[in-house]
Amino acid sequence: MTSRLPDAEALIPRLAAELKGRVTPATAMIGLHTGGAWVAERLHPLLGLKEPLGLMDIAFYRDDYAKEGLKHDPKRTRIPFEVEGRDLLLVDDVLYTGRTVRAAMNELFDYGRPRSIALVVLADRGGRQLPIAAQHAGAQVEVPAGKRLRLKRAANGRLTLELEDAG
Amino acid sequence: MPANPQLNANGELQHLLSIEGLPRAILEQILNTAESFVGVTEREVKKVPLMRGKSVFNLFFEASTRTRTTFEIAAKRLSADVINLNVSVSSQTKGESLLDTVANLSAMQADVFVVRHGSSGAPYLIARHVKPHEHVINAGDGRHAHPTQGLLDLYTIRHYKKDFGALTVAIVGDVLHSRVARSLIHGLTSLGVPEVRVIGPQTLIPAGVAALGVRVFHDMRAGLKGCDVVVMLRLQNERMNGPLLPSAQEFFKNYGLTAEKLALAKKDAIVMHPGPMNRGVEIDSPVADGPHSVILPQVTFGIAVRMAVMSIVAGN
Repeated sequence: MTSRLPDAEALIPRLAAELKGRVTPATAMIGLHTGGAWVAERLHPLLGLKEPLGLMDIAFYRDDYAKEGLKHDPKRTRIPFEVEGRDLLLVDDVLYTGRTVRAAMNELFDYGRPRSIALVVLADRGGRQLPIAAQHAGAQVEVPAGKRLRLKRAANGRLTLELEDAG
Repeated sequence: MPANPQLNANGELQHLLSIEGLPRAILEQILNTAESFVGVTEREVKKVPLMRGKSVFNLFFEASTRTRTTFEIAAKRLSADVINLNVSVSSQTKGESLLDTVANLSAMQADVFVVRHGSSGAPYLIARHVKPHEHVINAGDGRHAHPTQGLLDLYTIRHYKKDFGALTVAIVGDVLHSRVARSLIHGLTSLGVPEVRVIGPQTLIPAGVAALGVRVFHDMRAGLKGCDVVVMLRLQNERMNGPLLPSAQEFFKNYGLTAEKLALAKKDAIVMHPGPMNRGVEIDSPVADGPHSVILPQVTFGIAVRMAVMSIVAGN
C-alpha cells in the first residue's frame, strides 16, 4: 500500500529548485515542529538563505485547547531573526485541515509583521476546513478514509511518508 | 477515595496541591512546558491566546504581593481573565466559611482557583469540593507546601545545571518553617538528585527530615563543601529573638551565606533564594548581587512555570 506514496527524499530537491525562484534578500524560513522542522532543516541549506532557520511549535495557538488541553510537551519556538518585513517561507510536512497553518500565522504575527508568507509543504492531502492553500506542495496525495499521512524520520535522517490509522 | 487528589482518572494533573506524590513524568511535563513559555516571555508580545475566555481567581487568604503578582502576570500572559481577591479583608472577616466563599466564586464561572492560605491543607479542602471543570493551584498553605515555588526552583536548577543526575544541592536556614524547602526536597528527590543536604541550627531543622532522603548538617562550612546549588531560605523576622534563635547577628555568623563560605562550594555553584531576602541575615549583599546569584532569573522563570502549571491543569 505504501508503494503508492511519493518518495519524500525525491520531493525535497524538487521543492528546493521550485523555491529558488522566489528567494529575495528578505527571505527567511520557519519550520513547524515536528515534521515541518525536518523538511525545513533539509530545504534551508539548499536555498543558501542568509538567516538561520526558525523553528516553531504552535501548541499555544491551537484551536482545540479547550477540548484537548496540552497533551504533548511543546517545543520552544525559536525565531533567530526579525520577522518584521520578511518574506517568510513557512514549511510543514503535510497540509490537511489548515488549522495548524492558521495557528502558525497567528503566532508569527506576535513576533512582527512579515512582508509576505508563502506556505511550503511536502505533501498536500486535501480536506481543508479553512481557506488556506499551499503556494508550493511537493506532491498531492490521496489518503483513504480512516488513515493519516505522516512523515517519519529514520535514525540516519532519511525521510519517508507513511500511512497510519487515524487515532 | 482516589489515591492522589491531584490527578484525574487519566492520571493527568487536575490540581496542583503539592510536589509530593507527583509522578516524575508530570514534573518533567511542567518543566518542559515552562521552557517553551520562557521563549514567549522573551518576545515583544509576551502573550499567547491559550486561555482566552477562562477565568483565574487569585484567592489570597494570606497576604503575598509577590506570589500573587506573578500568578496574575502568568494568567494575563495566557490571555485569561484574572480576578484578585484579598479574602482576609473581606468575607472571612464577615464570618463566611471557606467553602461558602469558594461556592460563591464558582457561581461566577471560575476555571482556576489560585489559593494562598495560612492553614496547611486548605487548598486540598477546596479541591475536594470544586466542580470537575474547576482547578485548584496551591500558592502556599501554612507550613505545608508551596509547589510552584518548588517547581520554579527545579526549573532554575535545570536551566543552569542541565542534568539533575549528578548534583549536590544544599538548602540552608529555617527549614522548619519553610514550605518552600519541603516542596523542593520532594521535587529534587523525584527528579533523581543524588544528594540533597539541609543545613541549619538544630532548632530550625524539623525532626525526621532525614526520612525524606536528605543529609543534615549543623555546620554550614561542612555542608557547603562540593555543592552545585545553594538554596538560601528566608529567615522570617518574627522568628528572630524568639526561643529558637538568639539573634539575627548570631544567625548570620553561623548560617549567613558570605563569599568566604560560598568559596567552599563548587566554583560554578549557583545561589538561589525564594525572596524576599533579608540581606545581612541569611545572605550577604555581595553574594546576593554576585556572579553566582540566580535570584532574579528565578523570578522571571517563576512566571513561565506558573503559565505552564495553569495551562496544563486548565486543559485537563
